[in-house]
Amino acid sequence: MLDDFMMRATLAGIGVAFAAAPLGCFVVWRRMAYFGDATAHAAILGVALSLTFQMSIFTGALAVALVMALTVSLLAGRGYAMDTLLGVLAHSALAFGLVAVSFLSGVRIDLMAYLFGDILAVSRSDLVVIWGGAALVVALIVWRWSQLLTATLNEELAYASGFDPRREQLILTLSLAVTVAVAVKVVGVLLIAAMLIIPAAAARNLARSPETMALIAAGIGALSAITGLRAAYVFDTPAGPSIVCVAAIVFACLGLIGWGTQDRA
Amino acid sequence: MALITVEKLSVRYGAHTVLHHVDMVIEPGEIVTIVGPNGSGKTSLLRAIIGATRPCAGQVSLKPGLKIGYVPQKLHVDPTLPISVERFMRLTDPVSRRQCVEALESAGVPDLLQRQMSQLSGGQFQRVLLARALINRPDILLLDEATQGLDQRGSASFYQQIEAVRRETGCAILMISHELHVVMSASDRVICLNGHVCCEGSPAVVASAPEYRALFGTGTGGALALYRHEHDHNHDHDHDASTQEAAE
Repeated sequence: MLDDFMMRATLAGIGVAFAAAPLGCFVVWRRMAYFGDATAHAAILGVALSLTFQMSIFTGALAVALVMALTVSLLAGRGYAMDTLLGVLAHSALAFGLVAVSFLSGVRIDLMAYLFGDILAVSRSDLVVIWGGAALVVALIVWRWSQLLTATLNEELAYASGFDPRREQLILTLSLAVTVAVAVKVVGVLLIAAMLIIPAAAARNLARSPETMALIAAGIGALSAITGLRAAYVFDTPAGPSIVCVAAIVFACLGLIGWGTQDRA
Repeated sequence: MALITVEKLSVRYGAHTVLHHVDMVIEPGEIVTIVGPNGSGKTSLLRAIIGATRPCAGQVSLKPGLKIGYVPQKLHVDPTLPISVERFMRLTDPVSRRQCVEALESAGVPDLLQRQMSQLSGGQFQRVLLARALINRPDILLLDEATQGLDQRGSASFYQQIEAVRRETGCAILMISHELHVVMSASDRVICLNGHVCCEGSPAVVASAPEYRALFGTGTGGALALYRHEHDHNHDHDHDASTQEAAE
């Protein structure tokens, strides 16, 4: 079954969708969309480093995404507004990454493959990494679910309930770095944030509880991966962007339905 | 044994000292109100008690096993987060639906269980926060400006609810308030804070204390008293006059 490249690609897409769904919900609820973007853009620097030091792309991307996420957490609230800080770090990391890649002579690099993903080239070992990372992220979020939700609603409430909201923030940050690292191959660094935000945002209109929102987001993400890949095969379009296009269309349709039936304030 | 004992507590943010040598004891079953102007360290004191702010000197000791019910000043539910009142109430404690209903009843809003948090009015929202704080039968309720955003009638009835809660459950209540005229009558004890404890005692004693008058004027009203305080006091306080004048 895994001999078929389309099957491997589909499984990879579903794996990323499962990790991105619950994490994406928190990204939306906490208004961290730009944070996801910044971490993802930094990953291209990780790709360059991996190629230089001949590590796996996953290791390099994970390392840089982690450093990036922790740097942003540390610098937050020290003089610059969050979006300014993220803008500086994200685009600097992207620029340094692109420059670093250009120094790599002798290695033929398909930059497009990292910017937009190369899901059709997913190998069996990639699949293990993707599903391993996704399982880790989902397990972390399920384990800390109530605490993460409480910390998202109110910091003091978290303290009064006996846990430190900064630790929950760290868990989200780490999950984000892992998700970015496993998703580089699937959708590429430019479209990872889309896989986080679009399914979660699309699920909002159908959900009545935080849990159903995460589950519906996972469903929409998986559906987008399957349909997007199929469309990419049929119409000969790039796979990663096709997946995101399907997710965007689902978002638009659900948004229109929600708009049409909206009777609540 | 006292529920909360605060000894020589100092809190500093950077070079700015917010609280200096604060001593305070909360006994079981009493209603204590902390009053003080903006920037007097009221919220910092509450944050230090729940462990959200690390003191730079002194200490806060809680009675072993103390259960705290916390009602935050404001709680923003992002419109993208779908959450019902019931789910919100069961967020941090494993409680039954029955307990949710009971807590909502003692907070005066029995019918809201299935409503979405984003659909509640300001008054309903505060009462749901109160109900959530009551759900694990706390020994003490901490309220940080819990009536912010409510009109005068709304906040008066909220305070009546607090008194009813104490009557029924016997839990102690420590609250912060701006609304001096409302809380004074509902409190057993008032602590007047302005970076340090200016004075404390029964509402009547505090209202006639020179330190309190220096801080709030002799009138009983809130805003007017604060305004006068800016112009005729000679008590040494280093809070920011401009923000208060702007608020007039």
